[in-house]
Amino acid sequence: MNATAQTDFQSMVKPANRTLPRHLRRLEAESIEIMREVAAEFKKPVMLYSIGKDSSVMLHLAVKAFYPAKLPFPLLHVDTTWKFREMITFRDQTAKRLGVDLIVHINKEGIERGINPITSGSSLHTQVMKTDALKQALDLYGFDAAFGGARRDEEKSRAKERIFSFRSPGHIWDPRNQRPELWNLFNTRIRQGETMRVFALSNWTELDVWEYIMLEKIPVVPLYFAKQRPVVRRNGTLIMVDDERLPLEPGETPEPRMIRFRTLGCYPLSGAIDSEAATIEEIVAEMQVAKVSERQGRLIDSDEAASMEKKKREGYF
Amino acid sequence: MDTATMQGLGAPESKDQLRFITCGSVDDGKSTLIGRLLHDSKMIYEDQLQALARDSTKHGTTGSDIDFALLVDGLEAEREQGITIDVAYRFFTTPRRSFMVADTPGHEQYTRNMATGASNAQLAIILIDARKGVLVQTKRHSFICSLLGIRHVVLAVNKIDLVDYRKEVFDRIVGDYVAFASTLGFTSIVPVPISARYGDNIIDRSGNTEWYHGPCLLDYLERVDIQSEVGGLPFRFPVQWVNRPNLDFRGYAGTVASGNVALGDDIVVAASGRTSRVKRIVTYDGDVASAEAGDAVTITLEDEIDISRGDMLARPTERPEVADQFAAHVIWMDQEALVPGRSYALRVGTQLIPTGGITAIKYKIDVNTREHLAARTLGLNEIGFCNIATALPASFDAYEANRRTGSFIIIDRYTNRTVGAGMIAFPLRRATNIAWQPLTVGKQERAALKHQKPCIIWFTGLSGAGKSTIANMVDQKLFARSHHTMLLDGDNVRHGLNRDLGFTEADRVENIRRVGEVAKLMVDSGLIVICSFISPYKAERDMVRNLVGDGEFIEVFVDTPIEECVRRDPKGLYSKAKSGKIKNFTGIDAPYEPPLAAEVYLQTVGDSPERLAEKVIDSLTTRGIIG
Repeated sequence: MNATAQTDFQSMVKPANRTLPRHLRRLEAESIEIMREVAAEFKKPVMLYSIGKDSSVMLHLAVKAFYPAKLPFPLLHVDTTWKFREMITFRDQTAKRLGVDLIVHINKEGIERGINPITSGSSLHTQVMKTDALKQALDLYGFDAAFGGARRDEEKSRAKERIFSFRSPGHIWDPRNQRPELWNLFNTRIRQGETMRVFALSNWTELDVWEYIMLEKIPVVPLYFAKQRPVVRRNGTLIMVDDERLPLEPGETPEPRMIRFRTLGCYPLSGAIDSEAATIEEIVAEMQVAKVSERQGRLIDSDEAASMEKKKREGYF
Repeated sequence: MDTATMQGLGAPESKDQLRFITCGSVDDGKSTLIGRLLHDSKMIYEDQLQALARDSTKHGTTGSDIDFALLVDGLEAEREQGITIDVAYRFFTTPRRSFMVADTPGHEQYTRNMATGASNAQLAIILIDARKGVLVQTKRHSFICSLLGIRHVVLAVNKIDLVDYRKEVFDRIVGDYVAFASTLGFTSIVPVPISARYGDNIIDRSGNTEWYHGPCLLDYLERVDIQSEVGGLPFRFPVQWVNRPNLDFRGYAGTVASGNVALGDDIVVAASGRTSRVKRIVTYDGDVASAEAGDAVTITLEDEIDISRGDMLARPTERPEVADQFAAHVIWMDQEALVPGRSYALRVGTQLIPTGGITAIKYKIDVNTREHLAARTLGLNEIGFCNIATALPASFDAYEANRRTGSFIIIDRYTNRTVGAGMIAFPLRRATNIAWQPLTVGKQERAALKHQKPCIIWFTGLSGAGKSTIANMVDQKLFARSHHTMLLDGDNVRHGLNRDLGFTEADRVENIRRVGEVAKLMVDSGLIVICSFISPYKAERDMVRNLVGDGEFIEVFVDTPIEECVRRDPKGLYSKAKSGKIKNFTGIDAPYEPPLAAEVYLQTVGDSPERLAEKVIDSLTTRGIIG
């Protein structure tokens, strides 16, 4: 399966959703409930769209939540200008196919300062082009709630994250000042300047996401499927040479290799894995015998101990 | 067990999810147990294990062995302190079920987190250290689980290796626990002897406990029957969002809270009593003929009736309670104590309703002994049984009958914090019985006769600021102009109406609430009511403001610096407060929250009471209160 083969949403309509196993039906309904809650309670919500598999699932759930109405909020992509080219193509196709509003925000100051993942380092690049850029965009448009696709199973500090994550003015996350969440009763009240990040996929696991993509036939970026791609190996990580901006070291030549990605981000920071899995079914099967976590391939997390928690305090998703 | 079978290839259609919590005292091994379940069900990846091994030598408590607890203790601060301080959610899966585990802290202070974790759990694993047996904490955790509606309990007798796997130790603990828990309403208590650290009876039966014939822990978690919890209940559908993309479609989006609904079913809107019939049940995947508990759907009706977010749909033959007063268990979750009479907001289902206050705390419950104790407030982590009044009727069921429609959270209307959680026991007075007796002669008519607009002139400020002096002068000036007034003074009402109240925060709030209600009645009779009260809390002043109409509450802030008040000290109170003879004295050892946007602002230093009173009169003229 690939993205372009899935252009017609109507072909996905099935009788009453009964092909989903119960645990996925429950997760689906729970996410839909969260999304409707946001639409009902906030003045100006937005959905963070990162183009990855989790965003694909989140967007699919949003379409379901508000059907037959259109999405009552736009999508926001924070573009670092270093995403894989196929991601950008997929992003634009998806927005067109679903007829949704897509806002693309780039941190212009970051570009002017020449920030990039190669010479600036992953940490500074992420801070400026992702975290700062996100805060800029939220302030610029005055969004009071932003959906994110983060899951609790991804990382230790995420495991304690609320579904409705409260941010003080300046988008600050204080783990000690979060509201208790009981039952399905969310406290959505905020004051001027305060915002909410809403994690509608909190209780999904990576495996749930892939099974759901498989059963619902949700289009995803082709980079998730194994294919011969040009890569170089650096510090044990396979980096795909997606364009001419990646400087090759002396003696380094990109070699074609059968690879795929478990997570997608800026291409110089995304490690590929050796894989033969070229269909969703094969990915799910591969997942079930996987020996390393999906974040392994993310260079930005391993910079320092507890780096996710630190980034979150600064306003990262 | 090999990896493929553990992880559930192909996810059979019958696969469902169990959400459970683990509770136990500090060091009972909760985090170790969860780490063990994750590890043994192959949910830990190599890179995470490597990080774990690194952390184990740095922070671990198990020497050179891997400390599984580090796997689940998330935030940096917690890893350093070695205790879990928040609720963490963990996931693992087997072919039969996927599991979501709430890891809740066992520390004394964290009732709040346990209640949070328990609110969405269908089962609780209660850990007991085999060396210590049933502790006070065990009883507390069991009580909270029971209160939050958990009906299935696994009694995990942990560290059984440290008592040499002795059967008699296990039997004694189980006996103690069952005797204690018999009144908690659990439908099942399944005891399992385990060692989280070494894996005994977690995934496989252990050779070390030959005498044990029950299921191993994971086997039981996979098989326990958790269905039918909400299926057999009456249909409840809290409307979440009205879906109105165009004039031809009006649907009510929501999640079926309990029971089921089918096309053609008669339904009633609980609060308004309006009825109609289900026309369509819409989903993105096509219309469906019926929906059941847990389904997120959009319902359209045969008739155009007024329905909005917060309404609850039900069958006319099985209606929920609709009431504006009910009794409920309340768990207090905020540093700032519950104050009866203070106005909070309640989130009940999809309804957000201002309260008229917690009208009474019948008693608080000692979570260790379940004793009922008298209480005037509830502090952080305290549980009370309260009467609650709401400004509008709420639709609900008793929590015992329906966890989804019988629960609520309490929100502080000023800080927006979630300050409490509640479980409704029963309605106190049906809303239908409280219709207002319509009065033929109204406020306007009464006021017109007096040639004035009725209002409350509310003087607030520190003791000794000059409130009463100025208020008296304003009263005289109005009287001289033939206006009909009444003056309520803080000291005076404490001789009669409020003689039973002291000066604690709770009593101050009640003091103001009563005065506010009296003042409102006088406004209804057409009077200009002058009130002179320290009234230190913004929340209470705003409560009185909300009792009367727009423009009928004129707040006068008599601003005198505390040093000046102390110097004046007309009643000698400051010197008594400073010597400790009076407690809770505003400005000394109790707070004063100055108004930020008072209608009239008076600075007394350097001005005369006469001129300040005249300023108030001018303001009344400008506002059209007097001619």
